Amino acid sequence: MPPSGPENTSTGPRFLTAGDTALVVEFGTVVDRAINRRVTSLGRALRDARVAGIVDLVPTFRSLMVHFDPTVIRRAEIEARVDALLPDLSDEAGSGRLWRVPTLYGGEYGPDLEDVAERTGLSPEKVVEIHSGGTYECYMMGFMPGLGYLGVLPDELALPRRTEPRVRVPGGSVAIATNLTNIYTKESPGGWHLLGRTPIELFDLRRDEPILLNAGDSVQFYEIDETTYRDMRARADAGDPVIEPQDAGAAS
Amino acid sequence: MSALRVINAGFAPTIQDKGRPHVQHLGVPPSGALDPVALAIANALVGNRPDAAALELRVMGPTLEVEADSVRVALVGTVAALEVQGERGGPVEANRSVRFSRGTKFRIGGLSDTGVAYLAVEGGVHVPEVYGSRATYTRSQIGGIDGRAVKDGDLLPLAQDSVGERSEMKCADLDWARVQGPIRVVLGPQDDFFSRDSIAGLFTETYACTREADRMGIRLDGPALTHIKGHDIVSDGIVTGAIQVPGNGMPILLLADHQTTGGYPKVGTVISADVPRLGRLRPGDEIRFQEITVEAAEAARAELETSTARVIDRFERAGAWLDEAALYRENLVSGVVGPMD
Repeated sequence: MPPSGPENTSTGPRFLTAGDTALVVEFGTVVDRAINRRVTSLGRALRDARVAGIVDLVPTFRSLMVHFDPTVIRRAEIEARVDALLPDLSDEAGSGRLWRVPTLYGGEYGPDLEDVAERTGLSPEKVVEIHSGGTYECYMMGFMPGLGYLGVLPDELALPRRTEPRVRVPGGSVAIATNLTNIYTKESPGGWHLLGRTPIELFDLRRDEPILLNAGDSVQFYEIDETTYRDMRARADAGDPVIEPQDAGAAS
Repeated sequence: MSALRVINAGFAPTIQDKGRPHVQHLGVPPSGALDPVALAIANALVGNRPDAAALELRVMGPTLEVEADSVRVALVGTVAALEVQGERGGPVEANRSVRFSRGTKFRIGGLSDTGVAYLAVEGGVHVPEVYGSRATYTRSQIGGIDGRAVKDGDLLPLAQDSVGERSEMKCADLDWARVQGPIRVVLGPQDDFFSRDSIAGLFTETYACTREADRMGIRLDGPALTHIKGHDIVSDGIVTGAIQVPGNGMPILLLADHQTTGGYPKVGTVISADVPRLGRLRPGDEIRFQEITVEAAEAARAELETSTARVIDRFERAGAWLDEAALYRENLVSGVVGPMD
């Protein structure tokens, strides 16, 4: 882990109480890449420390929730552990994995592509080019198992959520809202704009590792045609993860 | 395969154990028993570890048939009896273990006295583990039988074909199931999003449980809380027992199937010692809240662990169930009330 500059330690996080089984370590109140990297860095450091009684570490955009068993460890001890780790936190990109996600854009698979193009004043091709041109960091997991909130989506594509959320968004949908993009792992209600769909399953209980993404990973999207989509979909249906992660260093 | 055949599922029971709280960072809710105390006692009665998988019952119990040489079961958390069907049938009171042999059919009726009860079976309900737990999370089809609630015709797989004969046990001390008094709450993590007056109201007024209640949470009805910094936050983590307050100001108690993160402020968190009580709530029940410190919450949890262990230590021997059944009928005739009345 690289040494941290003084700017990293000038303002410590706030400890917020979440009952007797969880503690929130809040680094900020906004979506911000540097804040999020400190969150994931703390999560990683605490995980590596293997503290008895810590049940789970849930990073979010701007805070880390530490779930613990109060019959094993008390909140005060966790605060002390966190304090000790703060000077070494990094706001560099983490050592997560890079996932390249095949995506069929537009048409019935991405019913909002034309609308997004219209609202952003771009051509649909340009929207696809921008979306698939970025490398996104997974800020946090949430909403449903395996779903990662990925950023930062360029300002050119930033739109508020749909005013009328869909009751059913198909699983695999690749979507955008505000400065974020995501992949709906399973069918669910949703208010994001659907640009396309990936044939891969980000959450499949048949695999040893059912969920692919994790906070701190990176994601790139690349365009595929319908034939490739169908071929990959058939493999995914058979339980094949289809894609393999690369070291995050490959992202740059 | 030895199993309990589900002749009639009742009201969508689910298989639950201690849950999977260690994969919340992947977006997977903890799930698990809404009332882990009742689960532990039910399991102890049949000789299981406290966190073995059992059937969590809500509203209306199932009718089951034994498709194993023998099984040992215990129904805990309700006054409802196990009604053994057939000529030699009769009621077996709750809160005791009982051994049934192949072909026995038994029914559990309406659970009018609680939001949740457990049917534990010796060896546990033996469905595959997902992330180290057999708990069912129906929204994402995780755990249990194909990730769904139990339905008519299902086979609940058993870990063993038969169970040994031994003294049956009963839990005579049922004080744990009728804890009274306010639900204890620690303020935070976002109590600063609410007016001081409305927080004061949270701890003085009465709230009612609405019908909008499931394993994910219970919507309450009562005095609205007033947001003073808006009702959206950038998503942060959620813990079981969190009191989330969306834009309409009406608190929602978040239970085991809660989402792992969320964007509404949480005014407070029900302490872990009182979370099992939330699972027992029924629509229409009225509750009050009391503010306590984290230190007091930690002490309350330690006390709950001790008192639950004490309840289990004090199990008594139960008679043969047919004798019990006869006794039960006599008691009804003579007007003696049941153990949980």
